Amino acid sequence: MNGWKFEELHETPSQTGGPYVHIGLMPNQAGIEVFEHSFNNQMVKDGTQGERIRLEGQVFDGLGLPLRDVLVEIWQADANGVYPSQQDTQGKQPDPNFLGWGRAGADFDTGFWSFDTIKPGAVPGRKGSQQAPHIALVIFARGINLGLHTRVYFEDEAEANAKDPILNGIEWAPRRQTLIAKREERDGQIVYRFDIRIQGENETVFFDI
Amino acid sequence: MSQILMGAYAQRNTDDHPPAYAPGYKTSVLRSPKNALISIAQTLTEVTAPHFSADLLGPKDNDLILNYAKDGLPVGERVIIHGYLRDQFGRPVKNALIEVWQANASGRYRHPNDQYVGAMDPNFGGCGRMLTDENGFFIFRTIKPGPYPWRNRINEWRPAHIHFSVMADGWAQRLISQFYFEGDTLIDSCPILKTVPSEQQRRALIALEDKSNFIEADSRCYRFDITLRGRRATYFENDLT
Repeated sequence: MNGWKFEELHETPSQTGGPYVHIGLMPNQAGIEVFEHSFNNQMVKDGTQGERIRLEGQVFDGLGLPLRDVLVEIWQADANGVYPSQQDTQGKQPDPNFLGWGRAGADFDTGFWSFDTIKPGAVPGRKGSQQAPHIALVIFARGINLGLHTRVYFEDEAEANAKDPILNGIEWAPRRQTLIAKREERDGQIVYRFDIRIQGENETVFFDI
Repeated sequence: MSQILMGAYAQRNTDDHPPAYAPGYKTSVLRSPKNALISIAQTLTEVTAPHFSADLLGPKDNDLILNYAKDGLPVGERVIIHGYLRDQFGRPVKNALIEVWQANASGRYRHPNDQYVGAMDPNFGGCGRMLTDENGFFIFRTIKPGPYPWRNRINEWRPAHIHFSVMADGWAQRLISQFYFEGDTLIDSCPILKTVPSEQQRRALIALEDKSNFIEADSRCYRFDITLRGRRATYFENDLT
């Protein structure tokens, strides 16, 4: 301890979630019935406002193979762009039927993950700017030492995306495309496909937030 | 200054964490980005996080000794783990969700992909969760996990450890890590713990024996504190929105 130097506490260091991350975070997927209420990828309730969408994809390693043990979490605003969090300072009432957060384990065989959620509204950016609609996403897995943060934007919001301060902060313009989910309609359902490439060609942009 | 306006979270000190690419931990080689992370100025997205109400949790959610017991108690060392969750500025972090998972006393996980010969325990599940109180305090009870072998180099063994996950006030604080037990000699040879660059930070993952909190003829106790990133207050321009 050096008495002449100011030292604050250090953040607890990260470690990998490991291959059995489901035991603690998705126990039902590991076959463990312990909790009455489990967290999952179903974010829409009867009273939830907004357009229902499905967000789905796979996460690929440096050889182009899907991670079948990855855990994905998302955090997003409600249909009006308000976060259901005490830290949201917009002074608007968030949708009382929306938690804003979900968790999904990739399928053990195919590596597909998905969320049933709503399309978020636009959220204020810094200094009076406006952000395009987006979903914050983080992945944890064996081999990943610190959760990888990224953002999902929507292909059909081209105008808003073009003005988004975070996307425009990515100096290498072609890399911005890795954050745009592709829209399709499947049996009347709106589906956004968002694949994540951890390493190599078309590597997804990851953020230090 | 009646109301404190909060600004951004202090930036993450990357030297305090493992690098993404850590070749001694072989799986990281193909699961680490080649590009540098892009640092961004925080917005409402990064400083907000979901709120979990206490009524989502069941009465035994923080008792891994009893929450999966079917026809008897699980086999192994009875231990209580407790500690405080604070931010880097020393403030308690209240009402945060802490989730834990671990192997049983044999070092065997209740997971379809674990084929280790160490015996399963029909009365042990291996997961639990809790919310911190207004002082940032958390407590749970469990069976001390055994070390287990894994295939990195062929004779690799993890020290006894418990995985933990924290979700607090801001998305930027989201953290998953593992803690170890004081005195375990495998701590010095673990390639996963070695991904953490500094000795001081590796020590920050070791739970300490808390002898005066042992419960006679019942359980031993370990003390483990967790530190998250903290927010600065704003006294001049507020650029967050």
